[in-house]
Amino acid sequence: MRTTVITSEPLDIQILLRSVAGAGMGAVTTFLGLVRDHNQGRRVLHLVYEAYEPLAEKALQRIVAEAQEQWPSVLLAVHHRTGKLGIGEASVAIAAGSAHRADAFAACRYAIERVKQIVPIWKHEYFEGGDVWIEGATADPDDLAARETATRIACA
Amino acid sequence: MRVTVRLFARLRELVGAGELQRDAPDGATVAAVWDTLARDYPAVAPYAASMSCAVNAEYARMTTPLGDGDEVAFLPPVSGG
Repeated sequence: MRTTVITSEPLDIQILLRSVAGAGMGAVTTFLGLVRDHNQGRRVLHLVYEAYEPLAEKALQRIVAEAQEQWPSVLLAVHHRTGKLGIGEASVAIAAGSAHRADAFAACRYAIERVKQIVPIWKHEYFEGGDVWIEGATADPDDLAARETATRIACA
Repeated sequence: MRVTVRLFARLRELVGAGELQRDAPDGATVAAVWDTLARDYPAVAPYAASMSCAVNAEYARMTTPLGDGDEVAFLPPVSGG
């Protein structure tokens, strides 16, 4: 079962849970990123996510490898959606399974921080009165300071 | 040589295309292709300070040399999640 997926289909957390299941797993943490109805004072109508799919898939695989380097017992699944998403729909889903809860929480948080740093996906926000491309981080997977920031947040 | 340029998000909209064929001298770097693009589409020039680039769907540097048929992608700051 693939643990990293870019898809235009609705995300299903059950699929992620199955992909990190195992008899040695004492804990699974999950994260869902949802489209909310407001951003920076704007009333958001919907979002459209665009991806450079082959590189986005590789970036997700890289995040899984990084997490497994830091938390060797963790199994991680990351799925990201593309296309038009309405309010309340999930744009990203993460599941982290581990023998113990601390590593599962940390790996899950690490993964979402890294998604925001290095995965070539963009959100186009349509709000009441206009639309805007959201631009966050300059993607550089070799930027060790960014990776350390993600680790620090994950272990806080 | 000829390379394929891929553009995403606002860069794609500023140029009006997500994919372009561009001629470049043999051995040209990613930066050289970007410079000719920014000359033809001045609106994209400010992205030089904040974008990333990729060659054949792998992250690359502006100094990376290109070969005939390569796909070079220019990526605005990302906003997934």
